[in-house]
Amino acid sequence: MSNTLKVPTMAEYMAEGKQPEVLFWVGCMGSFDDRAKKVTKAFVRLLNRANVDFAVLGTEESCTGDPAKRAGNEFLFQMQAVTNIEVLNAYEIKKIVTACPHCFNTIKNEYPGLGGNYQVMHHTQFLKSLLDEGRLTIEGGQFKGKRITFHDPCYLGRANNVYEAPRDLIRKLDAELVEMKSCKSRGLCCGAGGAQMFKEAEPGNKEVNVARTEQAVDVKPEIIAAGCPFCNTMMTDGVKAKDKESEIAVMDIAELIANAQDL
Amino acid sequence: MNYIPNILFAIALIVGIGYFAKNVKKLIRNIKLGHDVDVSDNTSQRWKNMAMIALGQSKMVKRPIAGFLHIIVYVGFIIINIEVLEIIIDGLAGTHRIFSGIGPLYGVLIGAFEVLALLVFVSVIIFWLRRNAIKIKRFWSKEMTAWPKNDANYILYIEMALMLLFLVMNATDLKFQAMNNGNVISQFIAPLFSGLSEGTIHIIERSAWWMHILGILGFLNYLYFSKHLHILLAFPNTYYGKVKPKGELDNLASVTAEVKLMMDPNVDPFAAQPESTEAPAKFGASDVQDLNWVQLLNAYTCTECGRCTSECPANQTGKKLSPRKIMMDTRDRLEEVGKNIDANGGTFKEDGKQLLDDYITREELWACTTCNACTEACPVSIDPLSIIMDMRRYLVMEQSAAPMELNNMMTNVENNGAPWPYNQMDRLNWKNE
Repeated sequence: MSNTLKVPTMAEYMAEGKQPEVLFWVGCMGSFDDRAKKVTKAFVRLLNRANVDFAVLGTEESCTGDPAKRAGNEFLFQMQAVTNIEVLNAYEIKKIVTACPHCFNTIKNEYPGLGGNYQVMHHTQFLKSLLDEGRLTIEGGQFKGKRITFHDPCYLGRANNVYEAPRDLIRKLDAELVEMKSCKSRGLCCGAGGAQMFKEAEPGNKEVNVARTEQAVDVKPEIIAAGCPFCNTMMTDGVKAKDKESEIAVMDIAELIANAQDL
Repeated sequence: MNYIPNILFAIALIVGIGYFAKNVKKLIRNIKLGHDVDVSDNTSQRWKNMAMIALGQSKMVKRPIAGFLHIIVYVGFIIINIEVLEIIIDGLAGTHRIFSGIGPLYGVLIGAFEVLALLVFVSVIIFWLRRNAIKIKRFWSKEMTAWPKNDANYILYIEMALMLLFLVMNATDLKFQAMNNGNVISQFIAPLFSGLSEGTIHIIERSAWWMHILGILGFLNYLYFSKHLHILLAFPNTYYGKVKPKGELDNLASVTAEVKLMMDPNVDPFAAQPESTEAPAKFGASDVQDLNWVQLLNAYTCTECGRCTSECPANQTGKKLSPRKIMMDTRDRLEEVGKNIDANGGTFKEDGKQLLDDYITREELWACTTCNACTEACPVSIDPLSIIMDMRRYLVMEQSAAPMELNNMMTNVENNGAPWPYNQMDRLNWKNE
């Protein structure tokens, strides 16, 4: 199916003298991580299906600088930010969609102060707008009646107050949305934020992702829905640690919708 | 006429308020040791935050039991303080219940005060039980031993005593009881004293009256030395609290200037550096003077309720990090710096200590996931995360002391634009896989 993916780059658009409706910011996880690449492709299939005129930066994209900033390296963050902003502004980008809440937060909140002003959307918000505008339709299909719990990414939820867009999409699947003990503004972190993804945790009595997975297991879902590639990895590892791989799948919202469409 | 009580009262009032004012000046001086920060933006949102969060207690009720009890104590204290106005006038003028002349309304007011006093008394007892008998976990963490633990209980004892004295004062006031207007609670306490002579009851009434007002003045002065300053500082703190999205960290302006220079093709790299009169800015924070004044105000506002710590994923999984301890350490170090300044005639004398390592360890700082659970949980808009971030910045930018794995990650970002050693030219390979 991958050969049918249409993924134009900004450079190609530029060569044709055209401007896309939206730039898809893929992010490092979405570009390089095997699991996250599947989410990237699922989202692209949905964009293709809805005939969205989009482009990616491709090899001109670089890390937003989020992990460097949160590790305390403001220099490296700002070098990354200024470089990315130069590229984005040169292409006169107005609107960006991304499937990574960390990229979303950084570009939306921290780039404006450095000269990068864009309308930034998380892919769940974007997908919801496609549905609202009738450009995309979904049937419950294979997820009808399934128990799905949504794990709020910190950088989408608390950081930016986006709680409903991903939940609205799950409801549209005719699935049974169940909430964990800690959800929405009190959602428990997966343990990856603040550059923790790239280091071993400090000594303690449990891994954060295991603690969060236990909360998920408690509500007996068939699927843990994620909206962040880092959360996806952490929750997948957590499900493995709890020996629940055969019962619980961890899937991004974009995958749920693409699969419901048999895309 | 005998003016001695009036004079004694005036002296007590002057000493009580004067000493408090002196400490408030010290408090403001200490807070101003922090960097300046622009808080002139979003004025209407700031007023709204103060009205909702501090005045309206909107965050307190997120935990309904503690929130409900807290509202009783909060409303009780504010309203019963109207009575203090009468006490002050009576004390200075030598009158007795000067407002009783206003008629039936007086009974309504005092009746309301009495009901509230009883509710506050009961609530404070429940608070004490939650802390000492039920032993709710967040009150028994590592940082809640010795003074912080005692401080919390002293506050509860003082509040119990003040409410009790208020009710006893009313119950033993024979004229007030005879009015039978507003003694809704104290009428049931009065019979306890019925066997005593009128003279003895009068002495009890005077004693309760004096102990009540001296207790209030004493409590006022206790605030500065206690975690209880939040009853005043919650208001400015919620006003000056963060108004940007929680996920937004500030971009360091000093870094922006250097990055712009580095990126500017017109800059002559061999040009002589202009003579700078100022010391180069320190990146991040290793001590309280490197923080901004809002962060220091945060530290004085913290009442150590521990909601931040109980929501913290690192703390929940047994790591050393406790956002509450970050705030307590910041305040303790700030107090130490303040005392140093007092002892050295107004200037800080290097004491070989700092906030980093002597108070907050690196292990705590590196355990944070920046998830904002602590800032969301705080009922008075305190931001422990900003202090953690400023201290990480110091570790990384001034000391190059990040954990090795993070250094690897940052080297990758620097060299190939991703946290892993993948080539930037392979970024679109997923398309064809």
